[in-house]
Amino acid sequence: MTTLAQKIIANACNRSKVEQGEVVVCSVDLAMIHDSGGPRRVKPILEKLNRKVWNNEKVVVVTDHYVPIESEETRAIQELTKKWVLDQDIQNFYDQQGICHVVVPEKGHLKPGMFCVGGDSHSPTGGAFGAYMFGIGATEMAGVLATGEIWLKVPKTIFIKWKGKLNNLVTAKDMMLATCRKIGMGGGEYQAIQYIGEAIYDLSIQDRMTLSNMAAELGAQTGLIAPDDKTIDYIKSSGGKVPENWKSFRLDEPTSDASINEFDASTLSPQIAAPHSPENSENANEFANTVFDVAYIGACTGAKYVDLAAAASVLKGRKIASGISLKVAPASLKDEKQALEDGILKILQDAGAEFLPNSCGICAGYGKDRLAEGQVCLSSTARNFQGRMGAPTSEVYLASPYTVAASAVVGKMTDPRELMVN
Amino acid sequence: MSRLWLFEETINTDVLAPGFYMKSPLAELSQHCLEAVRPEFASKVKKGDVLLAGDNMGVGSSREQAAEVLKFLGISCIIAKSFAGIFYRNAINLGLPAFLLPKDSQLPKEFVDGSSVVFDFENSILFLEGSGIHINLEPLPTFLKELINDGGLVAHLEKRFDEK
Repeated sequence: MTTLAQKIIANACNRSKVEQGEVVVCSVDLAMIHDSGGPRRVKPILEKLNRKVWNNEKVVVVTDHYVPIESEETRAIQELTKKWVLDQDIQNFYDQQGICHVVVPEKGHLKPGMFCVGGDSHSPTGGAFGAYMFGIGATEMAGVLATGEIWLKVPKTIFIKWKGKLNNLVTAKDMMLATCRKIGMGGGEYQAIQYIGEAIYDLSIQDRMTLSNMAAELGAQTGLIAPDDKTIDYIKSSGGKVPENWKSFRLDEPTSDASINEFDASTLSPQIAAPHSPENSENANEFANTVFDVAYIGACTGAKYVDLAAAASVLKGRKIASGISLKVAPASLKDEKQALEDGILKILQDAGAEFLPNSCGICAGYGKDRLAEGQVCLSSTARNFQGRMGAPTSEVYLASPYTVAASAVVGKMTDPRELMVN
Repeated sequence: MSRLWLFEETINTDVLAPGFYMKSPLAELSQHCLEAVRPEFASKVKKGDVLLAGDNMGVGSSREQAAEVLKFLGISCIIAKSFAGIFYRNAINLGLPAFLLPKDSQLPKEFVDGSSVVFDFENSILFLEGSGIHINLEPLPTFLKELINDGGLVAHLEKRFDEK
């Protein structure tokens, strides 16, 4: 029996089937790079190899890290990026339109069955579209850009099964933090994770992206979800061409020897992960009354349209507590525009939110808003390692947008259900 | 003489290559390597030193600088109980040897932070200097060994393109 991961990899190395553990060389359907790990790092290597990109239609460049430009150094990086895009005649360039993991699918680039690499660790996000996508470093990316190929050890698939239905105010983020606690940050063993079960298929595509994205936090290579009608509708509405054979990638039956981790969505409570690891999660009420300084709704994991809407549903008609600053960095320009049209931004603004650019920003410790010494942040992002979002003495707790918003109103960490029943 | 830098904890990419200094040249970025957990590391580490870490070494970002700063600072080999996948690939691609401790075996207690060690790449053995005490590391798959012997992925590809 073949897993979804094996089927995609077999296609990519032009074989009828592949076995777990064998090393194969795959053709890459799409390579995504951003301004930090992209042109400024791969350009000198390609020059040394005397090669141009192997296929200018299969490369996507997004600027999202050094956005906005705020120094001579960051200006130089952006200018180098633009010049490289022109020199290489790259056909897909999205300049300052949002975070790569959100922008690339919203432009219709990701489809079931594709084999993709990204120059960023959260590249498994592409798994939400049934694409085998994983993150690589700059030298390896330069190798892909020069040859169109990459080696890979065929992974086993670790199934994460969520049965039941999520309760109100409980989200994909809570599912993921609970998963991190149970299987740990090394639990993915650099294998393929596949999310299955009715609670997964009940999620919107953007919520599924949160799960696939955080497969990185489990140490997995990728985080697949088998495509269904929702996937196809999303791709169509993003202007993407749906592959005729997409149904052949609807594989989600665990193999007989597969490891399956089962969870029950119906008993899940909102989660908060304490510093400095996503696996330090507990039910949010365990952290009740913990104080913090900054509430952050940001990043590819935590500030997509669905995340902004979730925060707004809590903040409607409410104000954030004094002493808390609420910062919102919508994940993409498109999602921000949609949120503006739908009145969501107005609700956030009226509650006291400050808006930041559509970029990685504080989540990656970039830019002037990064956390100061000793600051405590409750964040809707993916990763809370020591020093990641700013000063080494800053502390980051992770939670869903509902929990971040409700805690900002209360002024202390809270289970959002506490606020919403009142 | 190589010094052993021993870390019990999991070392992530944000402490290896902090985000704020990512825009800076490698020489400057490397001065902040591990400062959040071992402030003296960047100024004390010497060429040839060996870094030995716990589980999930290099977990986090895909930023290759996390491995590159270690190479820049002179680390000759990274050994860990387990590696995060992207970091492992990055280290090998940069020509920086990365070895696993053998499964289910303990590091001899004589190996401590600051020990003088000798690393034998060909035979994947770490020796405690001036004693017979050693640990056999998990051998690298042949093709990864070739990649490192070529000097990393770029040199390997140069060779491949030259042969064509």
